[in-house]
Amino acid sequence: MENADRTRGLLGWIDRRWPIISFLRGELVDYPQPRNLNYWWSFGFLSGTALLVLIVSGVFLAMHYTPHADFAFASVQRIVRDVPYGWLIRPLHAHAASLFFAVVYIHTFRGLYYGSYKAPREVLWSLGVALLALMIPTAFMGYVLPWGQMSYWAATVVTSMVTAVPVVGEDVVAYIRGGYEVGNPTLARFYALHFFLPFVIAAVAAAHVWALHAQRSNNPLGIEVQDSRDVIPFHPFFTIQDMLALAGFLLVLAGFVFFAPDLLTPAENFQPADPLSTPHLIVPEWYLLPFYAMLKAIPFKILGIVAMLGAILVLFAMPWLDRSPVRSARFRPIYRVLFWILVADCVLLAYAGTQPAEGVPLLLARIGTAYYFAHFLVLVPAIAVFERPRALPQSISAAIMERRASRRRRSHA
Amino acid sequence: MTTDPTKTTSANRPRRDVLGLAAWTMGAAGAGLAAWPFIASLGPGAEARALATIDVDLTPVAEGQAITVVWRGKPVFIRHRTEAEISAARAVALEDLPSPEPDDTRVRRAQWLVVLGVCPHLGCVLQGQRDGEPRGDYGGWFCSCHGSHFDESGRVRAGPSPSNLPVPPHDFRDDGTLVIG
Repeated sequence: MENADRTRGLLGWIDRRWPIISFLRGELVDYPQPRNLNYWWSFGFLSGTALLVLIVSGVFLAMHYTPHADFAFASVQRIVRDVPYGWLIRPLHAHAASLFFAVVYIHTFRGLYYGSYKAPREVLWSLGVALLALMIPTAFMGYVLPWGQMSYWAATVVTSMVTAVPVVGEDVVAYIRGGYEVGNPTLARFYALHFFLPFVIAAVAAAHVWALHAQRSNNPLGIEVQDSRDVIPFHPFFTIQDMLALAGFLLVLAGFVFFAPDLLTPAENFQPADPLSTPHLIVPEWYLLPFYAMLKAIPFKILGIVAMLGAILVLFAMPWLDRSPVRSARFRPIYRVLFWILVADCVLLAYAGTQPAEGVPLLLARIGTAYYFAHFLVLVPAIAVFERPRALPQSISAAIMERRASRRRRSHA
Repeated sequence: MTTDPTKTTSANRPRRDVLGLAAWTMGAAGAGLAAWPFIASLGPGAEARALATIDVDLTPVAEGQAITVVWRGKPVFIRHRTEAEISAARAVALEDLPSPEPDDTRVRRAQWLVVLGVCPHLGCVLQGQRDGEPRGDYGGWFCSCHGSHFDESGRVRAGPSPSNLPVPPHDFRDDGTLVIG
C-alpha cells in the first residue's frame, strides 16, 4: 500500500479500492532482483510464455477440431488445409509444446546447477516438479488427438502400462480407456482432459511464481542477498533481458513453424488410426524419450513403470538428498562434474529411447537408467559429505567488484 | 562532467521518450501481426469458400417451372417465368410498391428470375415453389410465418417484410448455365 498514492487519476482511484497497480509495480517493476542474474534465469519467463502460446493456439484449434474417432483425423487435415491460417496455428501449437519442454528442461537443469532447490526454496522447487509432472500427461493426451496411427498406438501402449498393476490392472485400464481397447470414448476423455489440464498447469504456475516472489530468486553465486547493493529493480534491466530472451525464443519457434512445420509428425501419423495394424517402431516425442528408454531398459513390466514415475518423483526429493550447504555448482568442483555427466546421461537415454530394445541400445538404456538413479540416490548424498567447496564470496556486490578489479588489473598489465 | 546513464535527467529525457515510444510501437505492431492469423482463422474455410460460387444447369427447367438450389447454405429460387408473368411484373406501377424497384433491374434475362428464398423479415423459407403451395395474392411467394406476399419479381407487396427478396449475384455462362455467386 505504500505505493498507492503514487498512482493518480482513474488508475489511482481503482488502485485505492483494488491495489492491482501497486501489486504489479511491487512484483514486476520495483521487485528487487539479484544484480548478477544471467540469461539462464530467463527460462522461467520463457516457460510461462510458451504456456500462453499453447493455450491461445489450443483454444483456436479446439474451435475447428472434432473429438470423435470417425472425424478427428479428417478435422485435423481440414485445419491444415482449409481453415484460414490453420497451416500456421497447428504447427505453432505442436512446436510450442516441444519448445515448452525444451525451456522447462533447461529451467530445471538451471535449478539443479545453481542449487535453486535448497532451503528456503523447497516448496518452490516442488511446485516446479509438479508442473513437469502435469505437462507430461497433458502433452501425451494432446498427441493422441490427431488420431493418426502413431496417436492411436501411443494411446494403446501408454494405457496398457496400467495393466502391470497387480490384480486390478486389467479392470482399471478398461475404465481409463472407456472400453476394452482404445476407441472413441478414449479420444473424447483425452480431449476433455487435454483442454482442462493446461488451466491446472496455469494455476500451479501461478503458485510457483507466488512461492518464488515470497523467497525471491536464487542467483549464480548461490549466496544470500545481503543489502541493497546486491539487488537492482526488476524494471527496466531484467524486463529488457527477458524481452531479448523472448525474441530469441520466438525466432527459434518461428524457424520450426515456418521451415519444418511437420518435423514433429512422424510419417505414420499421416495415416488414420487403424486398430488392426501396429507401426513397426513406436517412438514418443523427443521430450519423453529418456522416460521411454527407462521403460524399455527394465525387463519387468511393473518395475519399468516404477522407474519412469520414479525419474520424476526423485526430483521432488532433491532438496533433502543434497545436504551440501553450498548452493551453486560454481563452488562445488565434484558436483559440477556430476551435473554435466547427468546431462550427458539424459542425452544418452534419449538416444536409447529412439532405438529398438535390443543389443547395444538396450545395454546403453540400462546403464543410463542405473546411472540416473545412482546420481540422485547415491552420488549426490555421498559427495555432500566428501566434497570440499571453494571459498564463497563475501556478497554478490563484493564478487562483482572483485571481478571488475581483476579485469582492470589484466588490462593494465 | 560525467552523468549516470541509468538515471533519467532533463538532458536524456527526450531520448528516453523516443526509445520508449519506439519499443511500445514495435510491441504493439508485433502483437497486432500475431493476432491477425488467429482472427483470420475464424472466417469461412476453404471448403466453404469453394462453394461460394455454384453452377446451375437450366436446360431441364421448362417455362413456368421453378427450381430451388442451395447456395452458401441458403435456398435460391430460380423461376422460368412465362410471358404473362413477365408482363404482369412489368405492368405494376412503381408507386404501388412498398419498396419500389423496376423488374428489369432485378433480372439479367427477363425469363429467369433468381432470388434468395428466405423472407427478409425473420428468415423463414417462403412457400410457393412447389405445386400446391400458396403463392400469395400477387403470383409470387408467400411467407407462412408472418404473412408477407411477394410478386412475380420477388418484390414485397404486403406484410411485414421490410424489403424485396434479395437477388444474389449471378450471370449466364451460356444459354443453359447459370452461375450464382
